This record gives sequence, structure tokens and C-alpha cells, in this order.
Amino acid sequence: MENDPSTFNRVLSLFRCRGFAIQSLAVGHTDIRNVMRLTIVVDGSKTAVEQVVKQLYKIIEVRKVSDVTEDQTVERELAMIKVTSKPSTRGEIIQLVDIYRARVVDVAPNSLIVEVTGTPDKIDSLVQVLRAFGIKEMVRTGVVAMVRGPQVAQESDKVRELTA
Amino acid sequence: MARAFFIGRDGAARAQLREEKAMRMNGSRMVCEALVAEGVKDIFGLPGGAIMPLYDVLPEFDLRHILVRHEQGAAHMADGYGRATNNVGVCMATSGPGAINLVVGLATAQMDSAPVVAITANVATSVIGSDAFQEADITGITIPVTKHNFLVRHVRDLPRVMKEAFHIARTGRPGAVLVDVPKDVLVGEGDFHYPDHVELPGYNPTSRGNMVQIRKAARLLEQASRPVIIAGHGVLIAQAWDELRALAERQHVPVVNTLLGISGFPGDHPLFLGMLGMHGTAAACYAVDQADLVIGIGIRFDDRAMGKFSAFAPKAKIVHIDIDPAEIGKNVRTDVPIVGDVKRVLNALLPELGEPVDRSAWFNVIREWQRLYPLPAVPAAPGQLTTPQVIEAIREATRGDTTIVTDVGQHQMFVAQRFPFTRPNTHLSSGGLGTMGYSLPAAIGAQVARPNETVWCVSGDGGFQMVMQELAVVANERIPLKIALVNNHNLGMVRQWQELFYQKNYVAVDLSGTPNFMKIAEAYGIASWRVSRPEDALPAVRAAMAHPGPALIEFMVKADECVYPMVVPGTSLAEVIVNDAHAGGREAADDEGAPMPAEPVTLRG
Repeated sequence: MENDPSTFNRVLSLFRCRGFAIQSLAVGHTDIRNVMRLTIVVDGSKTAVEQVVKQLYKIIEVRKVSDVTEDQTVERELAMIKVTSKPSTRGEIIQLVDIYRARVVDVAPNSLIVEVTGTPDKIDSLVQVLRAFGIKEMVRTGVVAMVRGPQVAQESDKVRELTA
Repeated sequence: MARAFFIGRDGAARAQLREEKAMRMNGSRMVCEALVAEGVKDIFGLPGGAIMPLYDVLPEFDLRHILVRHEQGAAHMADGYGRATNNVGVCMATSGPGAINLVVGLATAQMDSAPVVAITANVATSVIGSDAFQEADITGITIPVTKHNFLVRHVRDLPRVMKEAFHIARTGRPGAVLVDVPKDVLVGEGDFHYPDHVELPGYNPTSRGNMVQIRKAARLLEQASRPVIIAGHGVLIAQAWDELRALAERQHVPVVNTLLGISGFPGDHPLFLGMLGMHGTAAACYAVDQADLVIGIGIRFDDRAMGKFSAFAPKAKIVHIDIDPAEIGKNVRTDVPIVGDVKRVLNALLPELGEPVDRSAWFNVIREWQRLYPLPAVPAAPGQLTTPQVIEAIREATRGDTTIVTDVGQHQMFVAQRFPFTRPNTHLSSGGLGTMGYSLPAAIGAQVARPNETVWCVSGDGGFQMVMQELAVVANERIPLKIALVNNHNLGMVRQWQELFYQKNYVAVDLSGTPNFMKIAEAYGIASWRVSRPEDALPAVRAAMAHPGPALIEFMVKADECVYPMVVPGTSLAEVIVNDAHAGGREAADDEGAPMPAEPVTLRG
């Protein structure tokens, strides 16, 4: 979609008005100037994904919508977790962090910040494990995804078929 | 600065524009030049602080500005004008409260896919966001109720934005577009060069239908024993009434209308079954319910028209032709979706159709329904005037050939059921949003668009009071509108629902003590008549039509009318209550649905 604060506003307004069940949302720049990419995870049991796609297309500044639910994708999310850590538990925490191929990016006398990238499941799992030590603060970016293989994300079949 | 070129909507004028070197002017003049380039002739608006620079230059242009008394009126006038011309209606308002007063009108237009462009001024860009005097985030406020909107931050963007606004408003599925121009942009200077084309990579409405789907639909239609066409607003927007008629006649398919589709098919045609839905005819409701093929043309399968979605047309395959892909599959399952402009799709469909199967059995059933369950008369004591009698008087005097703009409520449903519109695009009404107060201003807009035709505003007393200050516009601009004020001293539709669903607990529906409308008309210098007896209706209508200039007839109708048939919300079309007596019977008996005649014995195919 075009890089315009009002566009983002329109997209969010659309979700709110239509009551779409949005679980995660991530937005950022792309390689094309003035084009932003928004990645959305929709709770498919509550909202018809096809309607989300079609309603998004009605927004003038939205250029392309791809439904990658059925595709093979690489999905990644980043999280930072501030964990309570005493000198006695710090070692254990660091071991767990290594197991998850995460990183410790900040250390303080009674806490440390863990940075982890991975699928949402992997992050959920690490959070679960770290909860035992006490989580002081956490932030997640939301999922971004890209279709595996050489092609660029395609317009969803349904929409293409309808507007052929 | 004087105009340097002709007004015109088409290529010649635009070519001339292109040849002109870019001219230096301020934003206000750019807006006006753009309006002229888009072929705008009439604008409805009301000035205020922020928009004054624009009004200051307005007289230099060949644009007629009609001063309203409330900006809601301006928005509805633009709506009525847009629908009547099938081109964009334009309204203008100042910042803050002026712009916000447009909102209900923009939402009305947007819900009904009416092409409207609204131009509002805003406070200067330097103070936007600081709660300045008469500041409002109108672009934020109108996001959910417009097709698109713009906040123009630099004067150099104005020509492009104006071009895009009109393009978006009138193409694809039409809608309301708002252009918000801060005051400093209105006075700022720039080079005006009106673009020849728009560049909107994210907007490319499909107009040609998919031939594979069209052929599928053709096969289904040829083979269907009990087909029915539901024709809606898309037929009028695409101006495809001839194609629709050809389709229905060649294939022997009965046609029903949604509220907004009315007048897209001749009201007196033998294939016409009437409106379907909540207050549609019994025959229309049953036909759709019992059909084996439903062809939706330019409709959006709205709940008022279709009844309970889960029980909609249970035996039918559904073909849906519409320009908006988001409507397809939104409310009901669709077997053959066809996205495209209705006119183009029908033109592609017609040659694909061969001989249809024999449908005489289907028509026998339909004629039985029409015979058994005609539109019921409203029971009345002798000498009591009813709304259907008012409508009949207008029909008699106009022979069904007039433009009628209704408000919202019982009278709206009566007109939709009972007035046989014979000319396309002569029925205007607020369907999707159901905005009371629509009729008077929209009728003004329609009359301005059709100065040499008779236009009737038919309004209840409730809706009329919301906008009656616009009578000043009727009087001052000498708009020869004919107004039928159906006065039952009540908020009739709400009263009906309280009677049927709230055990006659009538709360806040009594409008008695409403003004003496004759004195109101007199105050505005408008000729007026009051009718209380049925036999006086037609003479009064004739007198009003013979009167050169605006005329208002107050019809004193009985207070406790109920509109039948009725499909109660949450029930299917099959459960339509066909008349008063049927309603009474239903309360006592168990819910078995409407007594339809038994299915015919033999159906071929």
C-alpha cells in the first residue's frame, strides 16, 4: 500500500468497522519507494479471509493483497523480553537463551533483556520458559512472512479469477 | 482571472485545456477551474470562515451556486442531483461544523452508491491538529462513510486531487468523495494544469465480465425451470435497462426489484412482479424463495431485501453480476460470480443465450400468487384518507411518468410497492442508510438536474420537519417542485413496529402539535393545499401540477396505517405476512410460514 499515514488509518478503520478478527499486524518499508508492506494475521475461524482481501482492495491506495494462508512461507517475528535475573539464575537463563538461538542484548544487576527472532511458536515457547524467572516487560513486532521459492507474492486466486 | 476556455465534459474541451499553458492562480480558482473542467454546472453549499476565499472567486466562473440552509441539505441535494444525472453532484461547506453537517448526507450517498463530491475547507495547515477555531478532522471522521477522501496539503496537488476525486466518485461502484482544502492552500498560488488522466495504481475497476462465467450463467439460465431476476441499483447506474428488458423478455424470466432498483424495469410490464423483501409483494417474495435460479443483477443481497440469509432461496443456484467484487459472496453463497459493469456483462450474456426451456408451469404458479395475494388495501373508514390513495392520485395525474423522491418510512414503502414507474431512473430514495430528511433536499437536487420535468417530493411529516428549512431554497431559487406531505401526525414506521412487536406500547411516536404546515408553506411563499378526503386528492394533485412554480399538498392520512406485506426481520421471504388478516392469524396459529399454493405437478427440465 502507499506510504501515507492516512492509508494506514484507512486500513485500521476498515478492520474496526467490519469487525475483522486481527491477531497480528506488522508494517514497514519495501524496496519500492513509497510502497509499504503490511502483514496481517487473521483469525480465520472468526473472519472470512476472502472478505478481508476484497475489502482491502477497495481502499484506493492498496495496490496488492496476497493471501498466503495456503502457501509455503517463511514467517518471522522479533521479540525482546526483559527477564528478572539474579546472579544465581543468570547462568540458567543464558543456557536457555542459547538453546533457542536467542541473544542477551542487555544486562543489569537484576535483569537482562533477551532478543529472539523466529516463528511465533518459537517465541511463544521461549516466553513460556522464561515466565518461570519473572518477565518484567516484553515487546513483539508481529509476524512478517514471505513466500518460499523464487516468485513474488501473488494476488490471491479467488480475486484474480473474479476480476479476470 | 477570467476563464480562458469553454466548459465541456468531453475530449474537445479537455484538449483545449491541455493546449493552454499552465496558468498561475490561487487554490480557490484551481478548485473552480477543476469543477468547470469536470462539467459541473450546479453546486450546493453554504459559506463560512475557512471557505471564504473559494466563495470570493466563485462568481467569476460559470457555476451556479445554490445557497442552502443546512449543510445536510447540501449533501442530499448533491446526492439527488448525482443520481438524477448519473453524473457527480457537488456540495461545499466550510470547516468544522459545516463539514461535519455534511456527514449524514455523505454516508447516505455512499451506502447507496450515489456519485457525490464534497469540497470542504479546513483551517490552515500550520494550525491543523491544534484544536483551532472551527477545526475538525473531517478526513478522519469521514473515512468509514466515503469511498475515498483527500486532505490537500500543497496547492500544487490540487489539480491532481480534484481530477482523482471526480474519477473515483463516478467510476466503478460510485460513491461519496470528500476533498478537504486548508485555507492557506485555498489562497496559496501555483501553476494550474489540469491533468488528462489519473494515475491510481491501486484503483482499477473491472468492467468487462469473465466470459467463462458468463457462459456458465447462460447455460444455467437456459435450463432453469423456475428462474427469477433480482434487479437492483446497478442496472440504473450502468444504464442497462434496455439490456435487462431484452434478457427478461427473450428468456421469459420474471423480474423483481430491490428498493433501489425500482424504475429499472417498467412497473407495468407483465414480467414484473414488484419489489421483493421486507415490504415487497408476496409474489416477488415467493418467486425468489421457490426459484431454482436466482440472477442478481446490480444488487448487494442486502438483508432488507433478502430476508434471513441462511434461508435465502434454498432451492436455487445463484448468479451474481455486480461491479464490486467485495459484494460477491459477502452475504449469500454464489454459484456463478460475474464481476463487471452490468451493461457490458448483459451485452456479453445476451448473444450466448439459446432457446429457454418452457416456463409456463412456473408462470402459472406465479400468476396464482399474484391473484391470491395482491397488494392489500389499507383498511379505512369511509372518508378517511390513506397513503395508497395519495399515491394513486399522483399516478393518475402523471400516468406513472414522473420522478418521485421519497423520504423514509411507511410512505416510502407504499410508494415503492404501488407506484408503477415507467421511465428508468425516476425513483430516488435513501435505501441503505434510511435517512429521514432525504426527500426534500434530494428532490431539490433532482429538480435542478431535471428542470423541465415534474419532480415530486413525497415525504412523511417526521422526515419533513428535519429539513424543512430548505423550503427557503425552493422559494428563493423558484424550484418548481411538487411536494406531497403525507401527514399522519406520527413516526409511522416506528409506530407500526411498536404495534406489531412491542405489544402496542407506543412511545415517542406521536408528532401531534406538529406545525400547521399550511402556515409553514405560506411563510415561505409556497402555494399550498390541504387534503383530508379521498375524493379531494386527485383534484389537488392536478391543481398543484398545473400551478407554475413550487407547490405543497398536505395530505392528512389516517394515523394507524400498517404497511403489508411484511417480512419480519429474522424470517425468510417464504414467511412473508401478506396482509392484515394474515398477521392476525399468525399471532394465534403456530409458525407455519405463508400459505403458498402447492407445487405444480409437472415441471420440465
